[in-house]
Amino acid sequence: MTQSGSYDVNAIRREFPILKKSINGYPLVYLDSAASAQKPLSVIEAQREYEAHFHSNIHRGVHTLATQATEAFESVRTKIADHINAAQREEIIFTSGTTDGINLVAGTWGRANLNEEDTIVLSRLEHHSNIVPWQILATEKRFKIEVIELNEDGSLDESSLNEKLALNPKMVAISHVSNTLGTVNDVKRITALAHSVGATVIVDGSQAVPHKTIDVTDIDCDFYVASGHKMYGPSGIGFLYGKHSLLEQMPPWRGGGEMIASVSFEEPTTFNIPPYKFEAGTPHLSGVVGLGAAIDWLNSVGLEKIAAHEKSLIEYASGELMKIDGMKLIGTAPAKASVISFLVEGIHPSDIGTLLDGLGIAVRTGHHCTEPIMTKLGIPGTVRASFAAYSTKAEVDALVAGVNRAVKLLR
Amino acid sequence: MNTDTRLELRQREIIEEFEMFSDWMEKYEHIIEIGKELDPISEEHKVDDNLIKGCQSRVWLHAELNSEGIVIFTADSDAIITKGLVALMIRVLSDAEPLEIAKTELHFLEAIGLNSHLSPTRSNGLLSMVKQMKMYGIAFSAR
Repeated sequence: MTQSGSYDVNAIRREFPILKKSINGYPLVYLDSAASAQKPLSVIEAQREYEAHFHSNIHRGVHTLATQATEAFESVRTKIADHINAAQREEIIFTSGTTDGINLVAGTWGRANLNEEDTIVLSRLEHHSNIVPWQILATEKRFKIEVIELNEDGSLDESSLNEKLALNPKMVAISHVSNTLGTVNDVKRITALAHSVGATVIVDGSQAVPHKTIDVTDIDCDFYVASGHKMYGPSGIGFLYGKHSLLEQMPPWRGGGEMIASVSFEEPTTFNIPPYKFEAGTPHLSGVVGLGAAIDWLNSVGLEKIAAHEKSLIEYASGELMKIDGMKLIGTAPAKASVISFLVEGIHPSDIGTLLDGLGIAVRTGHHCTEPIMTKLGIPGTVRASFAAYSTKAEVDALVAGVNRAVKLLR
Repeated sequence: MNTDTRLELRQREIIEEFEMFSDWMEKYEHIIEIGKELDPISEEHKVDDNLIKGCQSRVWLHAELNSEGIVIFTADSDAIITKGLVALMIRVLSDAEPLEIAKTELHFLEAIGLNSHLSPTRSNGLLSMVKQMKMYGIAFSAR
């Protein structure tokens, strides 16, 4: 087990009830945190506590419970704003997750600002959730989508980046960390370059939030989206950060309760101010509370410590995996976080995944919702092991032993 | 022999065959062997028209009705475990009359503990393949 400095991974593991589970007679080795991280007891308890003692609808009751629920809910907005260093709490909009956040930006800012003749720029690294919302809008508004290509190692091709920015795009949509290759993009620099040609920037932070301290003021991006369940919080909840000046200009998206100022059949209906303008309907209240607990948990452990722990595991795992005959790591960018994608020559990734599951080892296989990367690399998919605060060196050893065993059977 | 029980017997044979394996890895080892032994599909049938697209592994399935009214399936997959499972399906459903194929309840995967491979979320193309085999049975029996 790894114990570097004051980082006690065993103590951390004890906070995650699910990690005690057995799968197919083997202790669970959970290496799929990039798909969804497990939750510490404090998050599970916070949600339960909310449902058991504080639940009511928010913002609209005068009774005590409504006030308590509203306070619990709004305090998390402040917590997120502080956590990512937003200028004001009103810049945080609750969404159902990253996908929802990107669809919101495409559906409001995009719909209002993108037209025929316009270009937007994505990267080949993007998750389908940062591609398809733009494609759907593009079929209607007929703007062009240009793609920043990759280097062999999975980092962004600098000349391709410059070439695409020279097209004066109106929007640049880019991931902070690639879910498939682990590439960390220098989003601060990309944002500055994009701003210099007048583009608005949205950063998909879903894979960055569990591994890095996020400072949206420093990055200076216009929008930043993330999901709760990637950062040890509940699923079905996430947030969108947007610069207040942009949020004010953006038209509403979904209509409903809470997002209005006044509704009338005789006069035009008027809308609430941000963030409420974009939060129609009753949100996932216990999810918000759980997300708040997840941020507290991350801060109690310390993101820097978690990142250092994960980095040492990735380095160790890369070295051990490379000892396997025919092993090829997919994605070896100098700046990398959280995931190792690999292939073994002559073996289909799904076969390795199936056999690893037989040994209680949870990895992800397939295209990881990034088909454009697979197409470019000419591969059917990869096996992806992803690491989190609770991952251990012993789990890496189990993975390597499992892959060795699988390869022996499959060859 | 009653034709209704012929495919049932084939299923029971597979269930018995798997009874000797105590753990998952042994079962998979056997499936891998079966996959490796599957008669190859002819290249002319390994085409996109015969592709059953799963999320992860690809499966090609070809069906022919011979002059005796018997359906012969041939198939392939780019993943060996999927191919082994495909081979098991073929062992049960190929070389059978169209109506038998259409009517047969496939229960052997559940009996050998591999039913999860047929779940709609598994996305290995196997569930689509079984549906497709049944469709061939129905289509050929209508001729």
